[in-house]
Amino acid sequence: MFDISPAEWTAILLSLRVAIIATLVATPFGIALAWLLARRDFWGKSMLDAVVHLPLVLPPVVTGYLLLLTFGRRGLVGGFLADHLGIVFSFRWTGAALACGVMSFPLLVRPMRLSIEAIDRRLEQAAETLGAAPWKVFFTVTLPLALPGVLAGMVLGFAKAIGEFGATITFVSNIPGETQTISSAIYSLIQTPDGDAAAGRLVIVSIVLALGALIAAEWFARRATARLHGN
Amino acid sequence: MLRVDVEKQLGEFSLAASFTGEGRVIGLFGASGAGKTSLVNMIAGLLRPDRGTIVLDGETVDDTAAGIHIPTWRRRIGYVFQDARLFPHLNVAQNLDYGRQMNRLAPDPAQHKRVIDLLDIGTLLGRRPGKLSGGERQRVALGRALLAKPRLLLLDEPLGALDEGRKLEILPYLVRLRDEANVPMVYVSHDAAELRQLATQIVMLKQGRVTSFGGVKVLA
Repeated sequence: MFDISPAEWTAILLSLRVAIIATLVATPFGIALAWLLARRDFWGKSMLDAVVHLPLVLPPVVTGYLLLLTFGRRGLVGGFLADHLGIVFSFRWTGAALACGVMSFPLLVRPMRLSIEAIDRRLEQAAETLGAAPWKVFFTVTLPLALPGVLAGMVLGFAKAIGEFGATITFVSNIPGETQTISSAIYSLIQTPDGDAAAGRLVIVSIVLALGALIAAEWFARRATARLHGN
Repeated sequence: MLRVDVEKQLGEFSLAASFTGEGRVIGLFGASGAGKTSLVNMIAGLLRPDRGTIVLDGETVDDTAAGIHIPTWRRRIGYVFQDARLFPHLNVAQNLDYGRQMNRLAPDPAQHKRVIDLLDIGTLLGRRPGKLSGGERQRVALGRALLAKPRLLLLDEPLGALDEGRKLEILPYLVRLRDEANVPMVYVSHDAAELRQLATQIVMLKQGRVTSFGGVKVLA
């Protein structure tokens, strides 16, 4: 039963690639946004917070459709990127990564924001009195202390990205070898006669990946507490 | 030389203090809530005065009329807080070296050794702050501030969080610091006995105003 076929491997590896790229590209943006939301007060902050969380509450098919309108070949941003930088998202695995990145962004940002909020700001003041410019304070005090939260956010974002389905299939369709991730492969298999065994195998792979990510996130969270107590 | 002439409104509390310090250790004395911490925070640049000037060794670090406010990190003013505020993710040696790295100072092994010997922290270098006692933490904080080579050292109730026994443990180090470290200090305390031992000049603060100023005799 557990003989994973080449086609299934393709879907698994594509899912991993899409989720890893989505997470790595989203992380710097996530850290910047988490810091902004945790540390700065500005006009439109609650609006920005709401927009970040939007993919969590919108039907995924709506998010996918909005991505298609914006980043498709004829979309405002997509057209520009394709014509000037040669970056194409529609019906490519890069588009799947974009969809996964957007869908997982709220989950990625949240632990980062919480861990930055938990840092004692008086430590940052102490760093300033020792001659650290604000950006050095960020890289030598804030970020190292927030690191377990940053990693937890990355793990959760990755887990969400690897399971994303609705926005991805709407935006980049379900093309084996290009945009067919584990989720869309399962979707195709359960509509195919005799596809049950293969679907079952991919379901088990999904569960293992998701569980592993949750356990890792939990472990990072515990490390964060120990780190903040200076042990 | 330190010249301070500032005003600051903090909610209901108004602080208006003016003094010139020339001694090796200016003792800032007053009950809790007198505005001592706000005043040293302004000297450090952590708090911005509403009006006034702060001048250190001829350099204006704050002048509200002229729009001057040198940020904390450029002031070269050391600060030892009541709670040591050591960086929990760094060990003692890394904490001690932090200021030197941030200010891009060349390594100074002689000073490094002198400070470590002066404060008796040589055996703690590999430890994390979480594994230090309160007194040890405060000694490391003193060393960390000194090794950044400040022009002025602010000490805000550095013994405040310690019990009597620990205070007696740290006090001799502070006396040695005053006599050997060659850094002018502003020492904040609500404890007259402490200041009698350490300060060379007293600024007495009451409800946000300087009420007396002079030698240690004003504490009597």
